[in-house]
Amino acid sequence: MPSPLAATRFALLSTLTAMAAWAHAAAAPMGYDDARHLLARTGFGPTDAEVRLYAALSRNDAVARLLRETRTTAVTPPPAFASDTGPLRRPGPGASEEERKAFQQEQNRRGLELRAWWVQEMLATPSPLTERMTLFWHNHFVSSQQKVRVVRLMYGQNAMLRANALGNFGALLHAASKDPAMLVYLDSAQNRKGQPNENFAREVMELFTLGEGHYTEQDVKEAARAFTGWSLDRETGQYIFRPGVHDTDSKTVLGRSGNLDGDAVLEILLAQPSMAEFVTTKLWREFVSPNPDPREVARIAQSFRSSNFDIKIALRALLSSDAFWARENRGTLVKSPVEFVVGTLRQLEVAPSSGLPFAVVSSGMGQNLFSPPNVKGWPGGNVWIDTNTLLARKQFVDRLARADETPVQMMTAVMPQSLALGLKPLDSGIPTGAEARPAVAPQSSAVEEKARGQRLAREVDRGMRNLHFDAAVWLAARPGATPEARERAAQVLLLALPPQSPPPPSDDALAFVRATLSDPVYQLK
Amino acid sequence: MDRRTFLRSAAVLPIAGTSVVFGTAQVAFAASPANANYNRILVLVELKGGNDGLNTLVPYMDPAYYALRPKLAVKRDVVVQLTDRAGLHPSLAPLAAFWKDRELAVLQSVGYPEPNLSHFRSIEIWDTASKSTEYLQDGWLTRAFAAQPTPRTFAADGVIIGSSDLGPLSGGGTRAIALANTEQFLRRAKLAQPAPIAGNPALAHVLKVEADVAQAAAHLGAQYAFKTEFPSGNFGNAIHTACQVIANPSGVAVVRVTLTGFDTHTNQTGTQARLLADVANGLAALKSGLDELDKWNDTVVLTYAEFGRRPKENVSGGTDHGTANVHFALGGRVAGGLYGKAPDLARMSADGNPAYALDFRGTYATVLDQWWGVDSNAALGGRFAPVPFLKT
Repeated sequence: MPSPLAATRFALLSTLTAMAAWAHAAAAPMGYDDARHLLARTGFGPTDAEVRLYAALSRNDAVARLLRETRTTAVTPPPAFASDTGPLRRPGPGASEEERKAFQQEQNRRGLELRAWWVQEMLATPSPLTERMTLFWHNHFVSSQQKVRVVRLMYGQNAMLRANALGNFGALLHAASKDPAMLVYLDSAQNRKGQPNENFAREVMELFTLGEGHYTEQDVKEAARAFTGWSLDRETGQYIFRPGVHDTDSKTVLGRSGNLDGDAVLEILLAQPSMAEFVTTKLWREFVSPNPDPREVARIAQSFRSSNFDIKIALRALLSSDAFWARENRGTLVKSPVEFVVGTLRQLEVAPSSGLPFAVVSSGMGQNLFSPPNVKGWPGGNVWIDTNTLLARKQFVDRLARADETPVQMMTAVMPQSLALGLKPLDSGIPTGAEARPAVAPQSSAVEEKARGQRLAREVDRGMRNLHFDAAVWLAARPGATPEARERAAQVLLLALPPQSPPPPSDDALAFVRATLSDPVYQLK
Repeated sequence: MDRRTFLRSAAVLPIAGTSVVFGTAQVAFAASPANANYNRILVLVELKGGNDGLNTLVPYMDPAYYALRPKLAVKRDVVVQLTDRAGLHPSLAPLAAFWKDRELAVLQSVGYPEPNLSHFRSIEIWDTASKSTEYLQDGWLTRAFAAQPTPRTFAADGVIIGSSDLGPLSGGGTRAIALANTEQFLRRAKLAQPAPIAGNPALAHVLKVEADVAQAAAHLGAQYAFKTEFPSGNFGNAIHTACQVIANPSGVAVVRVTLTGFDTHTNQTGTQARLLADVANGLAALKSGLDELDKWNDTVVLTYAEFGRRPKENVSGGTDHGTANVHFALGGRVAGGLYGKAPDLARMSADGNPAYALDFRGTYATVLDQWWGVDSNAALGGRFAPVPFLKT
């Protein structure tokens, strides 16, 4: 039996050894597998060149580099309507049927343009992490074009999310709360003294900062009163405070009392101990694994809190955690449709001339950008994959590899319902003052709607056909001295885990690539 | 191996893999309790966009109805009279035979408290059987099948026809197949790669879904030659496909078909007349097809939609989003008649909508408790009084 002293000495020694090993691992080049894992988890599908670049770095240096290279703006020039600043031209109560229809058609057109633009940015960006984080916050501070309708506001929100995506969470919370699209989406503009609308007050606690169980219904009611007066100026499309409808009486939110306004409530929420855990847990599910480790989350949340909510601090801690690098956590997350589609194009190194077809294809797989299903966003995880969406994914990669053979109707099978894409008259709208809901929404005939759907299907089809993917050339460019070695290299690049259905031996490059992209493991990251 | 050989060998995979699929499926699906009768089929008919219930079941003796709808009201003399107060829209004339045979239950004023007037949100409430203020991820049938699984030998839990949105079967866990027609599904299903279910939970889920596709494809291959003439058009095709799916000998608990276009904000009269004719002719063909299969007595058909429409017509010859709505239940074991209460047009909410009389979750409870004999509590998150539209 060793003496207590010896045991302590032994423990100390093991700790030192472990620390030395860790320091070595942290400083040594991490190699291809680790680099692939890091880039697949923090971006879209990485190319071989990107993986090799990072393989030469240590884990710490790689994470530092990713965080250093993030952006606050997009590199792709935004759609022309993005710079509109004038009044929100939305048909008023007296507008004619033609005016309503014209407005709706214009918004539908812009909505598609906006989606195409974002997909293009995901393909082009030098910092995929920036777009992943922008998408993460889009699914956190949710707004949807289906309700907001004015597409220019959705662009503005996207730019705001990107500007703050890797900045300070407190600043992001304040900006997202006063964002014009958010003011419409969660009815802030209808929240007035004496006639409170609790929509924003509830969701800011439940979904944006604390999570259920960390506030009471009374907190929601009191906070709603504090948020009164926050509104949207229809002349400028900007946030405006309307003192006339602000409730100046005393409120009590989470134990703090006073003549609180909206900003004061946001500060109270930021100061809640559970806030950092709530956001860290969600980031863990996005980047590390489906099962957050409560002790690790508490540790990382503490550093997030100590940094006054620097998002990069939280991200660096998550990406440096043992759990992030653990073998058993690799390939345990399901790629979202946008990750799947954009990642495939990036990894196969095909550059489409327009992002539109791929925005539409992602929508058919269940992720219609700028239109999450509800305020909770896309549930994600295993829910991404059902028989319908799995076949849509398989059909996409299958189609990619043989552009000329599949007739248009095959692609229309994965087309989203026109409703989901915002091709139909949409709900609700910008408040017009007393009457928040238009008495008459524009209605287009089923024939027009079908024609629009068919036009879009043709465009998707054209976009797919115009992609030139040459499997033999791509496969020949993989590293390796022999065809077998190059095939292995391709598998290692494309799959997070060994293939479940390894393709039969073949010298057909196309068959090999198609089989690899169809492997169940290709759905994972 | 050239491309065509590869495609051919890939094409046989689902069939070749069937035994594997069955073997692993036993792990994934627990045995169904003896009392659950999933051999009885539920056919859901979604009237997407929000069918106007007030012109579907017309209160043709109510002066308030004619006052609210000077342009849109269905004239007394063309109504298909069911009772001395209520009658069907003339396009629904094919349903008169069901009514006469006491196989048509008309469910009046179906809705829920604190109604939401957004298409997206309200259909989500119906699909997930949630409260108005509650966000649930899984569809009500997903929860029902999670609590009491269907027999593992079934081709699928449910088949969704003509829509990519799984509605009441959404969320993880169910074996829900979405298809436009069986032929196209079989073509796409060849891309599935069934393999033994293994690995981490995400991989196991993907493999399970691959197996679901292969299992459904293996069972839905045979085409039954119906004598019934199905109506032309999308909805007729969907009904034909529904009959094909039900004809598969291995079973399926639910089939959903969707008819879109009911969001009639402008010029409603012609549009709704055409759509309701599609509904009635489609349902008549469904009964005929299921009679051929000797399954009409084992089928209950239920219509649903996100909401009804506002009683007061708008200035564009249409109607805006409303709340409580009329729905139908049909089948060989349906106890025909009127259920619920006609909307009280004299007493409406501030936004001009009538109160609901039947909670939609009560119609789900009928299906769960009385049709399948499974516990509705698990699926509906509470007890709702079944609407007694089934023969006892």
